[in-house]
Amino acid sequence: MNTGYNFAYLDEQTKRMVRRAILKAVAIPGHQVPFGSREMPLPYGWGTGGIQVTASIIGPADVLKVIDQGADDTTNAVSIRRFFARTAGVAPTTHTAEATVIQTRHRIPELPLREDQILVYQVPQPEPLARLEPSRAESRRMHALSDYGLMHVKLYEDITRYGHVSISHDYPVMVNGRYLMAPSPIPAFDNPKMHMMPALQLFGAGREKRLYAVPPYTEVRSLDFDDHPFRATRAPHTCGLCGATDSYLDEVVLDDRGGRLFVCSDTDHCETRREAGGARR
Amino acid sequence: MSDDTLLSARGLTLRFGAVPALVDVDAELWPGEVLAVVGESGSGKTSLLNVLSGRCQPQSGVVWYRDPEGRLADVHAMPQPALRALHRSDWGFVHQNPRENLRMGVSAGGNVGERLMARGARHYGSIRAEAIAWLAQVEIDANRVDDLPSTFSGGMLQRLQIARTLVTHPRLVFMDEPTGGLDVSVQARLLDLIRSLVARLGIAAVLVTHDLAVARLLAHRIMVMQRGRVVEAGLTDQVLDDPQHAYTQLLVSSVLQA
Repeated sequence: MNTGYNFAYLDEQTKRMVRRAILKAVAIPGHQVPFGSREMPLPYGWGTGGIQVTASIIGPADVLKVIDQGADDTTNAVSIRRFFARTAGVAPTTHTAEATVIQTRHRIPELPLREDQILVYQVPQPEPLARLEPSRAESRRMHALSDYGLMHVKLYEDITRYGHVSISHDYPVMVNGRYLMAPSPIPAFDNPKMHMMPALQLFGAGREKRLYAVPPYTEVRSLDFDDHPFRATRAPHTCGLCGATDSYLDEVVLDDRGGRLFVCSDTDHCETRREAGGARR
Repeated sequence: MSDDTLLSARGLTLRFGAVPALVDVDAELWPGEVLAVVGESGSGKTSLLNVLSGRCQPQSGVVWYRDPEGRLADVHAMPQPALRALHRSDWGFVHQNPRENLRMGVSAGGNVGERLMARGARHYGSIRAEAIAWLAQVEIDANRVDDLPSTFSGGMLQRLQIARTLVTHPRLVFMDEPTGGLDVSVQARLLDLIRSLVARLGIAAVLVTHDLAVARLLAHRIMVMQRGRVVEAGLTDQVLDDPQHAYTQLLVSSVLQA
């Protein structure tokens, strides 16, 4: 552990400020709370929001897992895990079941989370209406008045043009029947996991300076039409390593002759299954 | 005001700096009635429309609206959410330039369906069916339902805007020069359409126009404005056939006869 920094890098006043914003976010599920986002020693888009949330909730006894697209071994995940090992001295883990705080980019672990765990999302764009309504003042007013017809116009257009809703990730959700929320770029496949999740879910957008949260056991509904219900889609294959048929898959290009391998994007899930004897090869 | 007035304004005053836009204007509107507001450019017609519809706050005066349950509400004292709800269900606004109101990147069906979805419709099939039915009402071919408004002509855009506005069956529609900027034959068709829709659906309308012919064709009553004041008001035919005020006489006499 490097003692040149305060515990978990941020100074105590900053952590207090972030915690106040988190408390407000938890009190109003799905509502975006502005906060004084700090410069972090990593570039915007690499998880500056998530890392600030993690820094302000983590304690010495916590066990931290960091995933990037479900994988524990990618650059982003390794750097952030090492960052907290150095500045907070917390125990890192790659096992979902052992972690108390999980910082994630673009995935929710396959293993159902428990009440004693916190899931921290890195969010690039917290505003679900950003691509539809150019004025931020107007989109805030739409949130205040719960005026979300525009989002349904987008879904209507998708069904009209493609026959189905073509949003593959960052699929908009209604939280607690009140606020429209961007679930960060997780695949739509993961959306149902947010509904009534026992773990606390925190979302941090560092560049956009917004925090929001979904408290445990909160209703999270993906937007849809009565006659075009929401469907979680995944690649119609089995995992080439563990043989899983129900997990979210990554497509890996093997050669330039069309060779493809589909593997679980959640590496911990895949390894656990292989160790348990689900291996194919 | 009497028991069945839909909209009633008393003593509206609005100034932009030293320029008076509205000076002590009174107006009344009954259900199913079309009221035309005529006058030259800068006479305060559009300001009146904006104040009546709650889009602009007057410096003094009050606008009352009677909701379907018969309760009176002060439009300018209404909380924002209530005013918005009114604007997307009970009221409609038809702009001179349809591009201001339409979403040009969204198909005609999506444009017509937006108000339905904002009101809570969540069945794709029925939203689409209703959109097609409304396109038929405004004489747009049903197979254009998935086309973008940018592929439509000016007259079609205006008709699409009317379909989009009327889809929630509003009781009151504000129209700002609905036929402005269209060529004469298209204007005639559009006027015919508006007249039949308004009569069939029993919609009350406040129609701002500088075209006396449009007022004569559509409106039951007429208000003539000059420099923010109402100089003459009454039944359309009465006012246009026998103008009393000098300014109205000037307006009527300056219409070109073909």
